[in-house]
Amino acid sequence: MDVDDTSERMAAYLRDHHDKVVGRWSELVVAGVRGRTSREEVQRELEDLYTLIVRVLSGADDHAAGELTAALDELSRGRARDGFTPSETALGVFSLKEAVYELVADSAELVPEYVAFTRMVDDLGLRTFETYAVTREQIISDQATAMLELSTPVVRLWDGIIAVPLVGTLDSVRTQLVMEKLLDTLVATGADHAVIDITGVPTVDTEVAQHLLKTVSAARLLGAECTISGIRPQVAQTIVSLGIEFGDIATKATLADALALALRQAGLKVVPA
Amino acid sequence: MERVPILKIGEILFVSIQIDLQDDSVIRLQEDLADELGATGAHGVLIDITAVEIVDSFIGRMLTTIGSISRLFDAETVLVGMRPAVAITLTELGLSLGGVRTALNAEKGLELLNGKS
Repeated sequence: MDVDDTSERMAAYLRDHHDKVVGRWSELVVAGVRGRTSREEVQRELEDLYTLIVRVLSGADDHAAGELTAALDELSRGRARDGFTPSETALGVFSLKEAVYELVADSAELVPEYVAFTRMVDDLGLRTFETYAVTREQIISDQATAMLELSTPVVRLWDGIIAVPLVGTLDSVRTQLVMEKLLDTLVATGADHAVIDITGVPTVDTEVAQHLLKTVSAARLLGAECTISGIRPQVAQTIVSLGIEFGDIATKATLADALALALRQAGLKVVPA
Repeated sequence: MERVPILKIGEILFVSIQIDLQDDSVIRLQEDLADELGATGAHGVLIDITAVEIVDSFIGRMLTTIGSISRLFDAETVLVGMRPAVAITLTELGLSLGGVRTALNAEKGLELLNGKS
């Protein structure tokens, strides 16, 4: 028996039973999505997929396979964004087998066609899995970039005094970013005092301390003095027990203390109005 | 070999490095500066490196050496106008330029030197 004949016969069968299969398939999928997508939308998506599957099976045109993959990718990406698990998406595709099986169960002569068909549906299901993983990775890397941009603001506290409130873990990539931004701001604003606030840094280990020291000495090379503020009691304990030395770098408990110190060094005094 | 000019402004020697520093011009600068310090009895040396885009460990050490030479003549050295990228490079090289004070720009550097004298 020729393979092409098999899929063509399957295509013909699917075309003949279009409404029944799509109807049953939609029912199965709608039960799975639990209200996260409307019934009409599911029906429309599946209708498109079904038509494409039939076109691929009939082998009539060369573009059908590409279009089917694209449609599947689109569906999987949409599902990933809507918070579906990859299993749910794949099961949605696999339930086409169930829908068709219920129809062909009685006709024994269609067994080879059905087996070939299930193999194809399996491939399609796996394809959604792959796309899901790719989409997820894309989302994660986008978020990481967004976080990197969000997390390194340099703010001006006073004339000649700037602050860098650090939030989150300090790795070498972020240190580099913070350092560049801090130094650029120092040059651009002509500030000669910088406060690095580490209230939002969860843990300070030797590596983080090393990064902080580097930033401070780079700022010093530009002629700016740095103060490290926001040292929490636990962090202070860790720093001491690790034997980290901040040398002659001024450290303060709060940003306010650091600002007071910077103002004093700039020869300014805060008096009650 | 290109030479770096040394300008005397009042009690201060002003050195603006505007060329790509080669090793021999660096050594020449050290010699010239020592001569000038001895001849003028200046109290401060202001080195402007705004135009310097690349530094290596040799130039880093040269700056420290100039600082040490000046101190022997009782003059203070202030390094001004370092670019952020240069500062990062020096830090990565582990050079903190001990003995040399730094300022953001020539104006602040002059303030530092004049505040001392």
